[in-house]
Amino acid sequence: MILQLDSVTMAFGGVKAINELSFSINDKEIYGLIGPNGAGKTTAFNVITGNYTPTTGKIKFQNKDIVGKKAHKIVKLGIARTFQNIRLFKSMSVLDNILIGFDSAIKYTYLESILRLPRFFNEEKKSKQKAREIMEYFGILEFEEHKASDLSYGNQRKVEIARAIATNPKLLLLDEPAAGMNPAETKELAELIKKAKDDFDISILLIEHDMKFVNQLCDKVLVLDYGKTIFEGKPSDAIKDEEVVTAYLGDFIHD
Amino acid sequence: MSKIKILKILAIFLTIGLIWLAQNHLDDYSLRILTTIAIFIILATSYNLINGVTGQLSLEPNGFVAIGAYVTALLLIGSEAKLDMYQLEDPSPWILIANTSLLPALFLSGVISSILAFCLAFPVFRVRGDYLAIVTLGFGFIIRVYAVNTPEVTNGAIGLNDIPSSINLYWAGGIAMVTVLIMLNIIYSKFGRSMKAVRDDEDAASAMGINTFKIKTYSFMTSAFFEGVGGGLLAVFLTTISPDIFTFFLTFQLIIIIVLGGLGSMTGAIIGTFLVIGGGEWLRVLDEEVNFFGLHINAHPGMRMVVFSIILIAVMLFAREGIMGKKELSDLFKRSKK
Repeated sequence: MILQLDSVTMAFGGVKAINELSFSINDKEIYGLIGPNGAGKTTAFNVITGNYTPTTGKIKFQNKDIVGKKAHKIVKLGIARTFQNIRLFKSMSVLDNILIGFDSAIKYTYLESILRLPRFFNEEKKSKQKAREIMEYFGILEFEEHKASDLSYGNQRKVEIARAIATNPKLLLLDEPAAGMNPAETKELAELIKKAKDDFDISILLIEHDMKFVNQLCDKVLVLDYGKTIFEGKPSDAIKDEEVVTAYLGDFIHD
Repeated sequence: MSKIKILKILAIFLTIGLIWLAQNHLDDYSLRILTTIAIFIILATSYNLINGVTGQLSLEPNGFVAIGAYVTALLLIGSEAKLDMYQLEDPSPWILIANTSLLPALFLSGVISSILAFCLAFPVFRVRGDYLAIVTLGFGFIIRVYAVNTPEVTNGAIGLNDIPSSINLYWAGGIAMVTVLIMLNIIYSKFGRSMKAVRDDEDAASAMGINTFKIKTYSFMTSAFFEGVGGGLLAVFLTTISPDIFTFFLTFQLIIIIVLGGLGSMTGAIIGTFLVIGGGEWLRVLDEEVNFFGLHINAHPGMRMVVFSIILIAVMLFAREGIMGKKELSDLFKRSKK
């Protein structure tokens, strides 16, 4: 068990964006979080990554309580994320974007960088080498010197995932990775995620609307509606579940 | 990579050579302009670190420059001269004891500014964007009001004069060069990368494990250190300081310099300094009477500022991100080699 949420509630004033959310992710599992817009999926992400502190409830990562920890500390524990609307560092090169992911792994002090001591050169060389390996893996090495904002949408997605992997996570949170992609790109991305999961030895929690993508990838899904859990189980069962269909398509079936 | 290194060494020697040439062959007037430019390069590049590279719109440099100037001045003026100078109130005993030579005085100016920046970081970086600008603007005002209202320390509105001056272009130019080199070393390290990341997207940066508060504080303290040193040099250069010098206009001038040169580019900050500080002087011709091929134009004092403003507008229209954008000189070389 890598991540465990125990009746987590996040309230903004009177609105409960997520209500008594409980689920757990096993090692090397791809877990899907689905539900209509405004169901609280991204809020769940923000609660896990420390951007919000939940109103009540417990979150345990590798059996350690992470509630109330700052976002950058949670990353160091091993949870990395991507964003729904791609958020790369636009003015920086692709290589620099990936190197930001390595930031905590690069060990030299402020003074060492000012004085350009040997450790600076060693660490920079080592991390650039590692960054290039990751870029090669994701097929974006040729864009190394390009500005991040100049890349195509699909490649920007890859840079964002590569950047998250560079932080050396044990759990990767992907917020709608296939949004805005055509079927061919979606298929390629699904394969890439599956491969990366095995090669980098990580668990994945993802939000997605594309049910085909979810079906193909996820071992388990949880369906949220208005902050409440309405289904948890296999993706193939989810699309047969009456309540899930109602939430997604409206309840005209019962009329 | 090595090409960049050769370029760097070449630039260093070229700068030293030019400073030596200027010091030995130029008249006093030109030397004073060049020294002012060198001091403003220190101020502009260090301000650029927090404002351009880290993207924190802060408006406090006049505060740090004032602190640096006063610390250096107080450390350099002898105790007897101080007793003569303080007319409003007797100087505090610790003011009388304080006395060092130039280099430790400049260093202490930087350190004290830096410590203040550290203390200031806690309240200041709780807010972002426009609000940060307002909070830091307040700090600049506080320092100036403090300088006016503590005559036992600063000699109040009269200010300090007869600051022993021993600086020439070697001092100002040398320190400016070291400042620029340190700034570049910071920018091309993991800390500079993190600063740029904070500028581009602060939330994404913290989602990548960067302690954004720490990075902003590093940037702020470094910036304050060199603003303090620059302020100290300014005091020694002017030989007389009063609270009036350190109004918001000083900050405003620095903003013009770095925006004109390109926010986030050190090369741009240097070019901007030459244009704004040098340009203001070199355009003086326009204030005088002109005989243009028999056409006689009367003197219009202030004409140069009109022309100067037009030039500023023109530059900003044609180069929206400033002259250099976010690029450095070395980036231009990289591109042309491809």
